[in-house]
Amino acid sequence: MTKAEKARNEIGAVERLAAGDSPLHRISPLAGLFLTVLFIAVTVSFHKYNITSLIVMVIVPVLGYFISGIPVSTCFIKLRIVMPLVCALGLINPFLDKNIIMRVGSVGISGGVISMITLMLKGIFCLMMSFLYIATNPIDEICAGLRKIHFPKVLTALFLLTYRYISVLLGEVAVMTEAYQLRSPGQRGIKKAAWGSFLGQLLLRSMDRAQNLYDSMNLRGFSGEFYTVSRKKYSSWSWPAVILTGAFIIAVRVFNVAGLIGSVFVR
Amino acid sequence: MIIFDKVSYSYPDGTEVLREMSFHVEKGSSVGLIGANGAGKSTIIKAALGLIAAKGSITVAGLGMTKANLPAIRKAVGCVLQDSDDQMFMPTVLDDMIFGPMNYGASRKEAEEDADAVLKELGIEELKNRYNHKISGGEKRMAAIATILAMKPEAMLLDEPSSSLDPYNRRRLIGILNSLDVTKVIASHDLDLVLDTCDKVILVNDGRVVAEGDADIILRDRELLEKNRLELPFRLQ
Repeated sequence: MTKAEKARNEIGAVERLAAGDSPLHRISPLAGLFLTVLFIAVTVSFHKYNITSLIVMVIVPVLGYFISGIPVSTCFIKLRIVMPLVCALGLINPFLDKNIIMRVGSVGISGGVISMITLMLKGIFCLMMSFLYIATNPIDEICAGLRKIHFPKVLTALFLLTYRYISVLLGEVAVMTEAYQLRSPGQRGIKKAAWGSFLGQLLLRSMDRAQNLYDSMNLRGFSGEFYTVSRKKYSSWSWPAVILTGAFIIAVRVFNVAGLIGSVFVR
Repeated sequence: MIIFDKVSYSYPDGTEVLREMSFHVEKGSSVGLIGANGAGKSTIIKAALGLIAAKGSITVAGLGMTKANLPAIRKAVGCVLQDSDDQMFMPTVLDDMIFGPMNYGASRKEAEEDADAVLKELGIEELKNRYNHKISGGEKRMAAIATILAMKPEAMLLDEPSSSLDPYNRRRLIGILNSLDVTKVIASHDLDLVLDTCDKVILVNDGRVVAEGDADIILRDRELLEKNRLELPFRLQ
């Protein structure tokens, strides 16, 4: 199986997760989107040294994974390529900020190390939450939700078609890579000299495929709207649950929740 | 049902694909559109659905080929594309089957009921909730036909419907095509399939209609077929 085929299968696997059924799957996509955006906005707003409060934020995605029945490990497996990049973001901080701001025993920990960990945690938490949203809401339902708040039809259609185009593109890459490998035994990857024509052909072929798909949609009355969504009834608890969770997220940001939790155990 | 009157079409580079082509397909008939590769069969189908802007007069289901009439024409005439992967763009077979009817105003309930009826008619109920990228080529072809039948068309255009089908699925397809009570235009160079499913044949070559008439007569005319880069159906050899 080529890498492109594997990538295509992974997209299919996420779609299957999104088609599942759990209390979280039954939350309206709009409510879920609101909560995800709020979570990300609050998470990135924490001060670079405020690691204790930030850690409390992990409760939200972890609880979400638990309720949806999706193992947290799935997120780390699916995002294994992006996660290291996110973690690498703060690697330079220990060299820039060497002030010792706390001590663990006799070991001094610099502000740079703390801010590096904070930045990594922020990235990981945001990815966890974003993946949870994608894994519990099919893409067409997200678009339908956006249409409900009068998001422009052109943009939702573009978003959805781009998403479908990724599968088309990956399918073409898989076929072309396979054809290339069959005629270049023992060679790993694609030679640099062939990259130009390979990419050119890929573009032309995927454009043809995309045109055929678009023709096929037009032949079945497509006018920019996707009417086939909203198969499931959304829980009437959607918005109350989201407001409660949102209130918790804001409380973590405004109050020292970590300190409060700690004071229960330590006197 | 479908009338072509002096229809011409050229590619942007000037290559003529259809040359003053005229023919008509009667309502309720089953017509084989035959010709060698590059004869213009697929272009005829695209022109009949308004996917390309051809010169001349095209009338489909009593409607002239104008931009305003396109939705009505495309509702009346369903098209099964040559490559089923181009047709099955939604996640599951059911999603694809309700896509067309709901675009034309059916409620989700109505569309799902119609989809169930079509799946039952074709004997492929097991495909209903299957993912499109997980079904075989033969299943995908049947599902593609189902997506069009779910729209309850007056006529169906099928572009090379038997391509990439194994003998079992090909035989199954022939049975399904013969059981459909709609006008059919089957573009194919699989002349055995045309012989089994069509009562009339239009032979095209180099963008022109070369012969038009009873399938049983034209498909037995070895000289005519060979002159147009075709061969007698295997069954008649």
